[in-house]
Amino acid sequence: MSPLSFTLSLLGISVVAGFIGSLLGLGGGIVVVPVLTLLYGIDIRYAIGASIVSVIATSSGAAAAYVRERVTNLRVAMLLELGTVSGAITGAFLAGILRSRWLFVIFGLVMGLSSLAMLCRTKEYNEPVAPDAWADGLRLHDRFYDESLGQEVAYRVTHVKLGLFLMYLAGIISGLLGIGSGALKVPAMDLAMRLPIKVSSATSNFMIGVTAAASAGLYFARADVHPFVVAPVALGVVLGATAGSKIMGRIDSRTLRVSFVAVLLIVSAQMVWKGLQ
Amino acid sequence: MNSNEIDPAQEQADLRLRRVELVISVLLRGGVIVSLSLVVFGTVLSFLHHPSYLHSASDLQRLASPGAAFPHSPHEIKEALQAWQGQAFVAAGLIVLIATPVMRVAVSILAFLYQRDRVFVLLTTIVLALLLLSFVLGNVG
Repeated sequence: MSPLSFTLSLLGISVVAGFIGSLLGLGGGIVVVPVLTLLYGIDIRYAIGASIVSVIATSSGAAAAYVRERVTNLRVAMLLELGTVSGAITGAFLAGILRSRWLFVIFGLVMGLSSLAMLCRTKEYNEPVAPDAWADGLRLHDRFYDESLGQEVAYRVTHVKLGLFLMYLAGIISGLLGIGSGALKVPAMDLAMRLPIKVSSATSNFMIGVTAAASAGLYFARADVHPFVVAPVALGVVLGATAGSKIMGRIDSRTLRVSFVAVLLIVSAQMVWKGLQ
Repeated sequence: MNSNEIDPAQEQADLRLRRVELVISVLLRGGVIVSLSLVVFGTVLSFLHHPSYLHSASDLQRLASPGAAFPHSPHEIKEALQAWQGQAFVAAGLIVLIATPVMRVAVSILAFLYQRDRVFVLLTTIVLALLLLSFVLGNVG
């Protein structure tokens, strides 16, 4: 393969990865790393470096739209970023110490779990939330305009300390594997802190970019962000994700989910297998 | 005070906040566009500089293998930019991309200043400091 065919084929695959990622709400990173390592035989550290940079690109692009819609809870985001950013720095450090084979194994396991989590549909709870002194003191409760209901919905936040701890863990995974780890952030806000699902996903998306910037800085300085590998990946993932977000509402994502979970599970098993060999 | 009445000071603060949100939105989109333009320009440039990239398989081996040489410290990137090396433009674009969320956090400090929320000004400043620290840590470690 010549550098030209490498760049062009990777660009094409990254467009598809970004497209699928945005439809499934998984982010492109979880698809890009296996493609680079299993298909192209690229060093997993370069693959993770390329992935974390493309995560920033998609998150920033989508956040530009979310900010205007005012669904994001900026206060919750900033507070939890204390957890995710310190986690990301921890994770990026760990990635520098761990052997590559363990990165494969951990990546495969996290990928498998995130794919399975997509099958469980989260539902809104209506019971009153437990009072939380931190949430009151930091004035985290808020309201947002729910388009599907056509009205403002007020909500209360709880379990702030648990949320912060879970976010630290999500940050470690993000920094270690170069993924946005939205699959971990959304449940932490939605199930533990009881934010409405729409607010959770918008706030998670906001945080993903900032979290990724923390570890990307480390990866860049460590020379794991290889311009030649990253260029087609970042460009492709952004193009694919933009296209994906445009048609998101028009297709039934349920059938799509089930069919892709099977594929993702097979790939995650291959990642684990490659690490154990 | 009757809660239905609009407090002029509050209204002023809301207006400023709206402006900060607009700045953030433009900043995010602008950062991504500038960065990806540099990435595309740099990639095209490196193919123009190296015609053998169009067919040579050994070039790919050399480029993508572990320990490959490419500019990654600020000093190296600056020198490579002056020499019009394609990979340096890609690297510069990636730096802009990584800096975009950092700028966003910095601008958010303003939003909390307008709300006179000292606790969140402090929290956001700590997040910003951690982000800047990560760049320094990477250069040391």
